[in-house]
Amino acid sequence: MIDNISWLAIYPEIVLLTMACVIALVDLGVHSARRTATYVLTLLTLAVVAGLQAMYASSGNTFYGFGNMVVSDAMGNWLKCFATVAMMITLVYARPYAADRGMMRGGEMFTLSMFALLGMFIMISGNNFLVIYLGLELLTLSSYALVALRRDNATATEAAMKYFVLGAMASGFLLYGLSMIYGATGSLDIGQVFKAVNSGQIRHQVLVFGLVFVVAGLAFKLGVVPFHMWIPDVYQGAPTAVTLMIGGAPKLAAFAITIRLLVDGLLPLAIDWQQMLAVLAIGSLLVGNLAAIAQTNLKRMLAYSTISQMGFVLLGLMSGVVNGNVDATAVENAYSASMFYVVTYVLTTLAAFGVILLLAREGFESEEISDFAGLNQRSPLYAGVMAVCLFSMAGIPPLVGFYAKLAVLQALVASGQTLYIAMAVFAVIMSLIGAFYYLRVVKVMYFDAPLTASNVSAPADVRVVLTLNGALLLVLGLLPGGLMALCADAVVRALAT
Amino acid sequence: MGLLSLAIWAPIAFGVLLLAIGRDEHARAVRWLALVGAVVGFLVTLPLHDGFQLGTAAMQFVEKAAWIERFNIHYHLGVDGISFWFVPLTAFITVIVVVASWESITERVNQYMGAFLILSGLMIGVFTALDGMLFYVFFEATLIPMYLIIGIWGGPNKIYAAFKFFLYTLLGSLLMLIALIFLYNQSGGSFDIATWHQLPLSRTAQTLLFFGFLAAFAVKVPMWPVHTWLPDVHVEAPTGGSAVLAAIMLKLGAYGFLRFSMPIAPDASREWAWLMIALSLIAVIYVGLVAMVQKDMKKLVAYSSVAHMGFVTLGFFIFNDLGVSGGLVQMIAHGFVSGAMFLSIGVLYDRVHSREIAAYGGVVNTMPNFTAFALLFAMANCGLPGTAGFVGEWMVILGAVKANFWIGLAAATALIFGAAYTLWMFKRVYLGPVGNDNVKGLTDIDSREFLVLALLGIAVLAMGLYPRPFTDVMDTSVAELLKHVALSKLN
Repeated sequence: MIDNISWLAIYPEIVLLTMACVIALVDLGVHSARRTATYVLTLLTLAVVAGLQAMYASSGNTFYGFGNMVVSDAMGNWLKCFATVAMMITLVYARPYAADRGMMRGGEMFTLSMFALLGMFIMISGNNFLVIYLGLELLTLSSYALVALRRDNATATEAAMKYFVLGAMASGFLLYGLSMIYGATGSLDIGQVFKAVNSGQIRHQVLVFGLVFVVAGLAFKLGVVPFHMWIPDVYQGAPTAVTLMIGGAPKLAAFAITIRLLVDGLLPLAIDWQQMLAVLAIGSLLVGNLAAIAQTNLKRMLAYSTISQMGFVLLGLMSGVVNGNVDATAVENAYSASMFYVVTYVLTTLAAFGVILLLAREGFESEEISDFAGLNQRSPLYAGVMAVCLFSMAGIPPLVGFYAKLAVLQALVASGQTLYIAMAVFAVIMSLIGAFYYLRVVKVMYFDAPLTASNVSAPADVRVVLTLNGALLLVLGLLPGGLMALCADAVVRALAT
Repeated sequence: MGLLSLAIWAPIAFGVLLLAIGRDEHARAVRWLALVGAVVGFLVTLPLHDGFQLGTAAMQFVEKAAWIERFNIHYHLGVDGISFWFVPLTAFITVIVVVASWESITERVNQYMGAFLILSGLMIGVFTALDGMLFYVFFEATLIPMYLIIGIWGGPNKIYAAFKFFLYTLLGSLLMLIALIFLYNQSGGSFDIATWHQLPLSRTAQTLLFFGFLAAFAVKVPMWPVHTWLPDVHVEAPTGGSAVLAAIMLKLGAYGFLRFSMPIAPDASREWAWLMIALSLIAVIYVGLVAMVQKDMKKLVAYSSVAHMGFVTLGFFIFNDLGVSGGLVQMIAHGFVSGAMFLSIGVLYDRVHSREIAAYGGVVNTMPNFTAFALLFAMANCGLPGTAGFVGEWMVILGAVKANFWIGLAAATALIFGAAYTLWMFKRVYLGPVGNDNVKGLTDIDSREFLVLALLGIAVLAMGLYPRPFTDVMDTSVAELLKHVALSKLN
């Protein structure tokens, strides 16, 4: 007998699943080239789902469903809400691009992206190793199909293949690690695993052996060095609209499962996984920033920039526990800093790719940095939005990216550990290098002469959303307090149980 | 909304408005709107002067509101005797720059004017912020408009200059960011600067903080040996950019020493004062000599800025009334004089499109009115009594002699170099027979240029003849600061 609370816990997921199926059917009757009916219906569904999630989240209650298999808590609900909004924005930006490239002969793009979103929901709500794994597979399988949506394009097909092979391997890593931990603790339930590990009765070697694979699997999904190889290739090869679907909302889900697995489940092993995260973070900051300098392709540059940004997220995650002492304030500081970082990163990425998508025309991809030459003369507004994104990623105040870096650095310095403070200094120096390649794009847009004098035109929905997206980066930069408090509150509530 | 908020946000609001609605098709309207914005920005700073209470070191016109509660960051503004004069100075220079760029900028006028107005608001924010993080946000945010100003409207090598400016200053300020976060943790979660002033700190902590702040402020001032970005940037920046950079932006760094380094780490400041004095003297003497051999007028004035700012830091780190007040007066005076010097070069550059000294000669024959102004500013630059340039340098030298005769002597010799390079440049550019056809064809300044130069000329003379209003405002705050710095914070 399934109780009501279980249904309540997954109610938004049910809505999403039902509507995804309904929309797939409705789409059969849609004949317009831009699939307006499907598009509007999808956005409406997502808006309802996002509203539901926000309602759940702001109530702040934590409850479990289906025998502790899923959890509905403030952190998860906010992340799901943000992921939904991110997916809506992605679809708005993606539609004209996809329509121009024959990716909308059917409505698969909408259905697949809804299934991908459902996968993210399940990952975020999962309180059980297998549920998390199921959600991950649903997300990645939908993503493989999305990358391959442009069947006639060789690079996209190649990217899909790479993504599939490496993604499958990462899933294998994760599953293997989870099975080791299951074998050691005898449970798939995250709460039970925590209790078992915390009891100190389990053999440490087995746990750490499993942990290594879990961390490697997560590192693949987050795309951090040395498991980052697929990121540049897939970012560059995939159709830009799909790149945004992979590089945007899923980062929120990847963050959520990292918290669920490492913090909720394996916090007693913090000393072990923090060392691993530290190495991953340093590698990501180093490789991401240095490799980005050499890129001429903007999508590839942003891919490397993502790697370095994820390094910052890991820095936040690794600073929560100092010497194995779990201190509530430090935990809150560190994980809420990471959450704030991921959320603002996704928001920034959306706007940056939004501009790239906007400039792409039929038969012209606009993904080389030089394609942006003189954008300021052609369209001050979109050049401004892009500049805001770039300065934000570089961490220059008063843009929101600065506060994200500030929060992470604060968490590191607050630990009082010499090693952590040294890492903060290292991160700062790396972000100086990062500033160089972001500035280079600003330079191309503002200082160089335009190659074409053509004006940039965009459909009304794209124009409005993109402008709002850019403005939001600025507004959050002037008033970041609300989102910061929200993240802190969400993390506190999620970890309280 | 308080007066200080108004002084910050009024120009920014006008700047954003210009960016949003301005188009080159109606450049005239854009210029007038920019002027209105700049004048409004200046007018709102005037009531500050009437309302300012002398004889107290307390912060005035204080505004405080929670900003980012999670990190206990406040929107906390206020001015004391140290920061007061920079608020109207910034707004004044912005008006000057808008008028001076009236005709020389013809492309993307709205972005140019908007950037200067926004920059003006941000710089006032730096001078009035009483919260460490608010200070940092304003301090860093100034990089964005300046980067665009140099890169879009600069000279042939503008891109190199823009990057050098941005990355050089960013490196310094990022180290300061770590210092600020460290202080936040040390003080139990506060970004309040006044709290930090009272915070006891160990010797090691003070030393680290001192050098963290030094990284940011020394680059900004700039002090020798991290001054190399300044000449490159000045040469490439448009006239307005150079003027704002020299007149205001360099002061952000010097101001930081008084607001952060000295009161927060007084023991380290005293311990390392010898280093600061040595670097300042090198700036004053060695960079003065470097200025003498420059062939490019803007480069010459840029090096002379480094030398003049050396007087400022020298004054601060000899820790007496005369020195610190002299340094502050020198900052304001240099704001007027260097701004005027760069604008004078701009007047010539607009006509001949060369900054080489050798491209001129005998300008006095064709531009007599302009040469009169140029002579005044040149005299002020060498520190002639009766001009603004004299007061600050004289006070610093007196203070230095009081502290140590030899430091005073070294600083005083620098006055000779200052006179040498300025007058030599003046002779080669303005005096003598007409040098070439370019000079022969020059037309004298029009009424707009006359207005700009006259306003600055009046300021330079007024400050030189009657510096009392400036020093009166500073006295109490400077005395209080010195009293504070003399006390040890070691625990």
